[in-house]
Order: sequence, then structure tokens, then C-alpha cells
Amino acid sequence: MTQAQDPILTARGLVKRYGRVTALDNADFDLYPGEILAVIGDNGAGKSSLIKAISGAVTPDEGEIRLDGKPIAFKSPMEAREAGIETVYQNLALSPALSIADNMFLGREIRKPGFLGQWLRMLDRPAMEKRARDKLTELGLMTIQNISQAVETLSGGQRQGVAVARAAAFGSKMVIMDEPTAALGVKESRRVLELILDVKKRGLPIVLISHNMPHVFEVADRIHIHRLGRRLAVIDPKQYTMSDAVAFMTGAKAPPEATMAA
Amino acid sequence: MSVETTKVSGPQEFEKTLAASDTSVASFDTHSRTALESIQHRLHKSPAMVPLIILLLSVILFAIVVGGRFFSPFTLTLILQQVAITGMVGIAQTLVVLTAGIDLSVGAIMVLSSVVMGQFAMHYGVPAPVAVAVGLLVGALCGFINGVLIARVKLPPFIVTLGTWSIYAAINFIYSGNETIRSQDLETTAPLLQFFGGSFKVGGAVFTYGVLLMLILAAIAWYVLNHTAWGRHVYAVGDDPEAAELSGVRVDRMLLAVYTLTGIICAIAGWALIGRIGSVSPQAGQFENINSITAVVIGGTSLFGGRGSILGTIFGALIVGVFALGLRLWGTDPQWTQLSVGALIIVAVGIDQWIRKISA
Repeated sequence: MTQAQDPILTARGLVKRYGRVTALDNADFDLYPGEILAVIGDNGAGKSSLIKAISGAVTPDEGEIRLDGKPIAFKSPMEAREAGIETVYQNLALSPALSIADNMFLGREIRKPGFLGQWLRMLDRPAMEKRARDKLTELGLMTIQNISQAVETLSGGQRQGVAVARAAAFGSKMVIMDEPTAALGVKESRRVLELILDVKKRGLPIVLISHNMPHVFEVADRIHIHRLGRRLAVIDPKQYTMSDAVAFMTGAKAPPEATMAA
Repeated sequence: MSVETTKVSGPQEFEKTLAASDTSVASFDTHSRTALESIQHRLHKSPAMVPLIILLLSVILFAIVVGGRFFSPFTLTLILQQVAITGMVGIAQTLVVLTAGIDLSVGAIMVLSSVVMGQFAMHYGVPAPVAVAVGLLVGALCGFINGVLIARVKLPPFIVTLGTWSIYAAINFIYSGNETIRSQDLETTAPLLQFFGGSFKVGGAVFTYGVLLMLILAAIAWYVLNHTAWGRHVYAVGDDPEAAELSGVRVDRMLLAVYTLTGIICAIAGWALIGRIGSVSPQAGQFENINSITAVVIGGTSLFGGRGSILGTIFGALIVGVFALGLRLWGTDPQWTQLSVGALIIVAVGIDQWIRKISA
């Protein structure tokens, strides 16, 4: 399917050490256009370090990351964002007292044109609210009635929706989602999974980090299994079961040779 | 889990029942609110409402019990004059408190700046505008030092400013030799320093330029906080610094800017202070740090950061001014003012806690 194309993002031989602990040990990573790639692994396997290296939160000690074939070296999450890589953090990184619109544009506000914006630095509230509303509507979230209401008055699933909408609105290359369903109930998880598929339909590739095997197997096109700081295998969820995946992940079973090369 | 061999499409087995579930998934206000809840929501949206209501009620109260002596243009504008300095320092304090910090050194920065202005103009023979500029610079430097210690060295704001409060106050006394520059001397040499003491009348109402300055500063601060990205970032930093950082706000840079700006506003207040008391005194304005925090808290700004407004602080300062003058005109012991201000603080924080417990 997508493998015929060149990957959007590749990582080769990433190494990250924290003192004597090696979190990433020659890890590789590939993300292809338009796919949902799930990243699974035991606690301490180095998933977070891998994702942080890609999203700019940590700088790897060794190795190379290429975005669209060009080598990149992010020094901060801001640089990654500017390059079009958006991350939905597990804690969502929303400011509870600010409005939905203010949150979506936090750190990249739109200013009014002309004198007001140039010299008085005035925010263009109507423009920001319109874009926020458009984006939420696109993702089917417009049951949120009041775009200027504070995020703290929203439920967990709605907050997740705002965070996903923000990532989808600004991510031009890819979106990373860290445990998006971990804190949610059954019904809200379902909404978020639909959101993820919606974002995929828009052509944005997604990296999904999750411990929830049913969710991973439902939405992922490929599954990247991380073990002991490196990529162990990439499997197709249609050809393997969840118990296979868990077995590979925990080292109970060795993955077949074919998947190792992927 | 182990029996599944193919990719699951659509909902999981246990999720099938969701089809029959309530469809109003993400809608709001599905339950009707009680009167109290809707008041809570309204207050949550406009935090300056509580102090405004208290202000109006207290004006009405004293208008009834004291009568025309209180409820006259002259007395009401006298209150404005009396709270102008506290209001300005309160604006600076609001910025800091919004970032979940506190600045105990504001009063000391204000007095030190005014002393520097006076000393430069009187003893170094510097033109008055330059003396004022140097005073503002000293204020900025004091604030910057606070900012560096808080944002870069990562020390708690309370501890940092508790320390610099003592340091700036001591420098103030050492530098000035505890000497007051008399009003007459200022008048002849550097009248610019007393500029904000000047006044004009509108009917029976008397406005000083200091009052105008406070209102202008409040308007600018209100605009910046509500209508610029920088202002929204002040709130975001106080609300949740980690979330702000991940959203692309440079938290330490923001804190540095806020504390420096606070120093500058305090220095401006120091200039206005010279106009208010006429002379330059190292003894003046000693309680402005506590007064400003009182105004901020009664004004409904949360000491936990991220919530509050400039308008609230101005209302808060006015409430204290109304109680102080109202009770004095009523002929009560001044301790009753202290007592009522104390009670107001506790009520204000209680209301803040209640508003924070809002639920959708």
C-alpha cells in the first residue's frame, strides 16, 4: 500500500543515553504518507524517548532524522512545530483558564492587519475564532457551542478533541498522539478514535502511541514494536493477533524474519 | 483478545451497545442550572464582577449612613486620589500574581526609584527629565534582578522578593542617608518631579494627574492583557507553565519580562508618589507591597495564577479606599477599617475558591 512511496520521516541509528541508562539503542523509525503508525512497547522500552526525539523534546546523542529526505535536528518542540510536526501530549498541554480559541492559537496567535496588529499588537479574535470553529466543525466537534468558553469547563473527551483539532489545524507533515485514549471512558475513547481516522482522511500521517491493544489494532495501518531501546519489528495488524504483538513486545516470542527488515 | 486473527474494523464487541447510547455526546448545558450555578458561571466569565458589586454596595452603604458628606463629587474623587498610588502598584502586582508569582518588593522598588529621581535632580544637578529616566531605569533593574532570580535561577518568587524587599529598602536608606528632600526645594529646582501632584477641577470633582496616570496605566495594562498575544501568555504561564511551554510560550522569558515591567510600573508609581506627598521621602509608601496585594486579592485575582483582571484590582483598591474614608467620615475608630479590609480579603479568597470549582 503506502510502502511504494518514500517515507515522510525516517530515523536511523538513534541513540539517547541518560547517564548510564541507554533509552534509545540504535533505534530506527519510518513513517509513510497517509498512514496511522502505532508505536507499542513495554514500559521502559524507549517509546517516549523515540517520540521525544522526533518531536524535538530531546536531542538524540547519535543518529539521523530526516523529514522529507532532508536531515533535521530539532532543538525544541517549537522547531518541530514550525517544521509541521504537531504533538498531542498525554497531558494535552492546554491552558485551563483560557478559551478554546485562545488555546488553539497559543504561541502562534493571529494579529490584526495594518496599524492595529503591527504597532498595537492587537489580536484578531474574530479570525482566530472563525478558524478554530471551522477546524472543530471539520472534525465534527462543533457541538461545542461557545468557542470563547474556558477549556476547564469542558469534559475530558472535549478537551482531547480541542487538543487534536489544534494539532490537525497546524500539523502540515504529521501528528504525534501520545496515549490519546488513556484517560477517557469507553464512549469518549470511541469519539477520539473516530477523530484520529478523520485526521487520517485529511491525508495527515499519524503516530499513535498507545497501550490499548484493541484501539491500536483497530486504527493502525502498521505497528512499530519497540523493545529494549530499538525497533524490534514492524507488523501488519491484519496478519498478526494482539497476543502475537504482546508476545513480540515482551520478548515471549521472536518476530519472524520478514518483519525485522521492514 | 487472543482469538482475534484479523484486523478489527469498526467498534469492538463491548462497544456495540454504544449505538444505543445517549447521542448528545459533546453538547453543553444539557442540564438546567440552578440560579446559584448560573451566577457561578457568570462570575467565572467576568471575574471583575464581584469586586464591582462590592464597590457599588459599599458606596451606597456609606452614602446612606454618612450622607452628603461622603456622597459628593469632592469626596469620591478624593478617594481616587488616595488610592492612585496603590492602584498603580496594584496593576504591577496583578501582572505578577497572574503568573502565579508574588512581588513583596514593589513598595521598596517604588520608594527607591523616587529617591533616586530626587537625589539625581537635587544633588547631581541633572536635568529633571534625565533624573526621572534614571529613576525608571533603577526600577527596571530592580525588577530585572527579581526576574533573573525567579526565571533563570528558579527560586520561588516569595523568597526572592522577600529578600530583595529588604535589600532594596536598605539600599534606599543607605543611599538617601535617610534624608527627605523638601517640597519647596523640589518646586524651585525640579518641578517636573511633582508633576503628578497637579490637579484640575470638573465641577466639585478634583482630579490629580496622578489619578489620570493610574487610569491610563490601567487602560494600557487591560488592553495588553486582553488583546495581545503577550497578555494571553501571561495568563497561560500562570495557569499551567508546562502546558504553556509545550504550546510554544517561552515561560522563563515571559517571567523575566513581567518582573522587569513590574519594576518599571513601580518606578512610575514612585514618580507619582513624589507628586502625591510633595516631597521625596525614603520613609514613604512602606506598606504599598501589602496594600497592593490586598487590592489584587479583593479584586478577585487568584493567588494561584492565571485568573483575574486589572479592572478587578482597581475596584479592589477603590473598595479599600471607600471603606477607609467612609469609616473615617462616619467617625469610627480606624481599627474598624483594618478589620473590614481583613474580612474582605478572606471573603474574596473564599469566592475565588468557589468560582474555581466550576463544573460544566
